[in-house]
Amino acid sequence: MNYLMRRLATFPLVLLGVSILVFVAIRMVPGDSITAMLGTEAGLLTPAQRDSLAAYFGIDQPWFVQYWRWIGGILHGNFGISVTYGRPVLDVILERFPLTLELAVLSMIIALAVGMPAGIFAATHNEKLSDLGVRIVAMIGQSTPSFVLGLLIIYTLSAGFGLLPAMGEFAPLWQDPLRNLSQLILPAITLGFAFAASVTRISRSAMLDVLSDDYVRTARSKGASARSVIWRHALPNALIPVVTLSGIEFGYLLGGAVIVEQIYALPGLGRMVLDAIQQRDYALVQGSVLFIAFNFMIINLLVDLAYVGLDPRIRLGEP
Amino acid sequence: MIGHFTRKLLSGITLAAMLGLAAVSTQANAATLHMAWSQDATGLDPHKQTAFSSLRLLELIYEPLVRVDASLQIIPAIATSWEFSKDGKALTFKLNPKAKFQDGTALTSADVKASFERILDEKTGAAARANFLSIASIDTPDAATVIFHLSQPDAPILTAMSDINAAIVPAGEIKAGSIGTKALGSGPFKLDKWDPNAKEVLSANKDWAGGATGVDGIEISLLPDEAAILAAMRTKQIDFALLNDPLVATLVPKEASLQLNRVPVLAYHVLQLNPSRKPMTELKVRQAISCAIDRQEVLDTASLGEGKVTGPLTIPALATDPSQLFCYKRDVDKAKKLMAEAGYADGFSATVIGATGEPPTAAAEAQIIQSQLAEIGVKLDIKMMELNVYVDAWLKGDFDMAIALNGGRADPYTMYNRYWTKAGNLQKVANYIDDALDSQMQKGRAETDPAERKAIFTEFEKHLAEMSPWIWLYTSYSYTAQQKNIAGFVPTPTGTLFSLSKVTIQQ
Repeated sequence: MNYLMRRLATFPLVLLGVSILVFVAIRMVPGDSITAMLGTEAGLLTPAQRDSLAAYFGIDQPWFVQYWRWIGGILHGNFGISVTYGRPVLDVILERFPLTLELAVLSMIIALAVGMPAGIFAATHNEKLSDLGVRIVAMIGQSTPSFVLGLLIIYTLSAGFGLLPAMGEFAPLWQDPLRNLSQLILPAITLGFAFAASVTRISRSAMLDVLSDDYVRTARSKGASARSVIWRHALPNALIPVVTLSGIEFGYLLGGAVIVEQIYALPGLGRMVLDAIQQRDYALVQGSVLFIAFNFMIINLLVDLAYVGLDPRIRLGEP
Repeated sequence: MIGHFTRKLLSGITLAAMLGLAAVSTQANAATLHMAWSQDATGLDPHKQTAFSSLRLLELIYEPLVRVDASLQIIPAIATSWEFSKDGKALTFKLNPKAKFQDGTALTSADVKASFERILDEKTGAAARANFLSIASIDTPDAATVIFHLSQPDAPILTAMSDINAAIVPAGEIKAGSIGTKALGSGPFKLDKWDPNAKEVLSANKDWAGGATGVDGIEISLLPDEAAILAAMRTKQIDFALLNDPLVATLVPKEASLQLNRVPVLAYHVLQLNPSRKPMTELKVRQAISCAIDRQEVLDTASLGEGKVTGPLTIPALATDPSQLFCYKRDVDKAKKLMAEAGYADGFSATVIGATGEPPTAAAEAQIIQSQLAEIGVKLDIKMMELNVYVDAWLKGDFDMAIALNGGRADPYTMYNRYWTKAGNLQKVANYIDDALDSQMQKGRAETDPAERKAIFTEFEKHLAEMSPWIWLYTSYSYTAQQKNIAGFVPTPTGTLFSLSKVTIQQ
């Protein structure tokens, strides 16, 4: 409990650091909201026209004044207004987040459901032909870029079978679960494939490690069945690296999966941030990066807490 | 374990795919045109937006006083007729008495006056303000008549008024400050819903003065990947799409149910040299670069030959045969000789900038030019940048050379005065001042006789190609893809989708 409080207490400090970083970084990139809106036509503006647009976009003040206003707003729960959407930043983020979360969860389910059994299977058939097969597939999975796999799936389904989930208008889970699932299953497979490959490789090597430990040999010599050795004795101890990996991957996925969202035209967080950067929608970029950082911190904390559950010997926060 | 899971997964995919198909078949009946594009509109203020997609969307909602047709001739829009006074200093419009805004209020001369005053007001930040600086005052003798008094004869102003950046917006909305937050025009479609970076829903404007529209509405989806747009068209989810990438567009004719529309556009691909930087300050060096570049090869390699080689004038009525222009036939020997004469027999090094994906062919163009210029000893370093970063450098004139796709206009004065007149707003980008070009532009601006104008601009083009501040390469096509049961779309060189107002869906 003490540990949890101490960890939570560091959150504001980390977020403050992130806020400064993102605020400065996005302003250091050449180009601003005006060039993003007008492109090269921005060169036709007179200085007075430019000033008036700068005031409209809120970029007429010195950067520290802008930062102060922004941080002050956040302390009051106001993340600013997105100039692209004309709505509060937090509303726009929270509207996009459920899709991103759902996609991340689905991908993780696919990755764990495929990757862990495959890894365990490979470990128990170590150096046999079937192990080699699993390892080759995993290697392919890890090295295939998601845009290749995504386009391949779309092309094969549409050209070969005339099938494709409805694109363009996305149905939220609570409105139309079937349509929602039909739209998310392919992106989840695309993302889950590489994720599953990593899980396979890490669970295979973790399992191999554990299987050579003394206590497993002891269990075997006491006559425990092969099934019980693997599932009851070895697996819980092999899970720690899998949890670590999954936590990190899941954290990344919560930041949005830009390429997969582009290909399948999904309105997720990743594409939103990319568009916001391209359109120099400063408030939206800043707000969403903070949001993503916060998610990552929560996931990290949950992973650390999961260690305790998996291995009672681990005591968090003690030297 | 694995076998069981795979079976479950496969049945899941099949189910998902069937659901997807079911979703498609329900869309077929309504007379709604399902459209897709890969870049979304970025805003709703017709006076401030310049992004291609924004203009295409706003042209369906708002109307200017006049339009240009597929052959770039001026035709009526809100105005039914117009006339220049004898001295060319007054331009009178008669408005269509049936013209109405989408909330039912009549569109009158007061709205026209307020719209142009808004464009001219520096506080607005209107993109097209520079085109209308000759307007000295605006008179509205009655509700259907507008007279623009000009400080000097200005022939191109009529074409400039055909641009959606000169759209007529309601005077009341200007006063309320709501232009840009809601879209209320007099055009064929009403904007019912705009979900930025995702979707636009348009419905037919029953009160449109231009008559009934062919469809009840248009739903525009943003599908960022053009290969996915093609896939969605294969499965009939999408009726009509805008395509940018020639690599994707050339795949369309291979699909039996789809049709590709392509039309040469006014925008031009160009290698901009910076004549204020050494050694591009030397005429002979610039000319050598022009002679060393094989424009047709750039077009063939970067754009699969989709387009045609062009000189500075891309407007069909004014364009001349580019093979007659300076060094449009590649001549490496001449190029080497020119380099030697300029004192650069051993060549030099320079950097060329380009915007990633804008146009999609930018990197390929830079690479082929790099290899062509290597033959005369010019070592090019290619620097690709994110679009905004590129625009920033471009506007500051901060480059040795730049690969650009610059927009065209239906009138050569409006298209080029920004670069090649002494008072041009983008003089800093072109970095090249030339008395001859300036005086040709001024003459072309005042001249109203078409044959005389053509002669003036032909001279202008010839001189520009010879001075080679920029190396004009080619114009490409604007592509739209459609299901074959869509009838009535007319592609035009300006890229406008206005003719979607008369498009019908055949059963």
